[in-house]
Amino acid sequence: MKMNPMEQFAVKPIWDFHIGHYDLAFTNQSLSMLLVVGAATLFILVASAKPQLVPGRMQSMAELVHEFVANMIRQAAGEDGMIFFPFVFTLFIFVLFSNFFGLLPGIFTVTSQIAVTFALAIVVFLTVLVTGFGKHGIGFLRLFVPHAPWYIVWLLIPIELISFIIRPLTLSVRLFANMLAGHTMLKVFAGFVVMIGGIKGIAALASIGPMFMIIAVMALEMLVAFLQAFVFAILTCIYLNEALHLHEQH
Amino acid sequence: MDVAAAKLIGAGLACFALAGAGIGIGNVFGSYLSGALRNPGAAGSQYINMLIGFALCEATGLFGFAVAMIILYGS
Repeated sequence: MKMNPMEQFAVKPIWDFHIGHYDLAFTNQSLSMLLVVGAATLFILVASAKPQLVPGRMQSMAELVHEFVANMIRQAAGEDGMIFFPFVFTLFIFVLFSNFFGLLPGIFTVTSQIAVTFALAIVVFLTVLVTGFGKHGIGFLRLFVPHAPWYIVWLLIPIELISFIIRPLTLSVRLFANMLAGHTMLKVFAGFVVMIGGIKGIAALASIGPMFMIIAVMALEMLVAFLQAFVFAILTCIYLNEALHLHEQH
Repeated sequence: MDVAAAKLIGAGLACFALAGAGIGIGNVFGSYLSGALRNPGAAGSQYINMLIGFALCEATGLFGFAVAMIILYGS
């Protein structure tokens, strides 16, 4: 029996649905995405149902998340970055909940698809471009000209341009590769448990070893799930800060 | 050599990028620890920067891993 750790990332349709030659099937990925968005909406709705001045438990949790993201934006982008608070909050909550729900057995990890993460990264990149050009006009291109003597600047401009253009790619691949690597590792160790457990005799008890590794990797994956959502959000704030205030020091 | 053998060799070679990730992550955390042991008061304020540095460094290593996966299983 050949074990393929990449099989878990296959997108399988649940209900087929075609318009012309566009395949709009409802897949297991769509189901997981619905679950993620439903859970996030439910969380916020329940927490803000009966707001009190001294918050109860659910309201405190929502206020914690709210303050976490608000502090992150204020620190990285300053007070006029707060105009992007709904955008960054939505991004953070969506990536966080998708990463965490992917760890539960049977639920497809939405952010392990490069299509999803690239869509999010492209939205961030376009927001940065529209903000930059909208606020500074053509002067936004001053972003690529750092304060340096002339004989270094003409070398730095293509380097700055390339590192700017590559941002949506690195933003998306960072999240995608982290999720891919984590889940692949989990599946590989699970394969080991089954393989060792299939040995006839007392040696099958050695399958407890890979089981402990799975538990350790699961703990690491929970940390990585939160960390990757946080890094996605804070990089968004940093890029928006560059678009809003070009090279000004605070 | 045939394509299947070349794929396996290529995937193995692409995993060398993870060595760089290991060195970089060790560097980030080592600098944070040595700084925190000299100046414990400043450790809290730089905790977030350490996490960002770790994630960015891990990302470059995982780019190599993603290339290995594409070589092995890309169709």
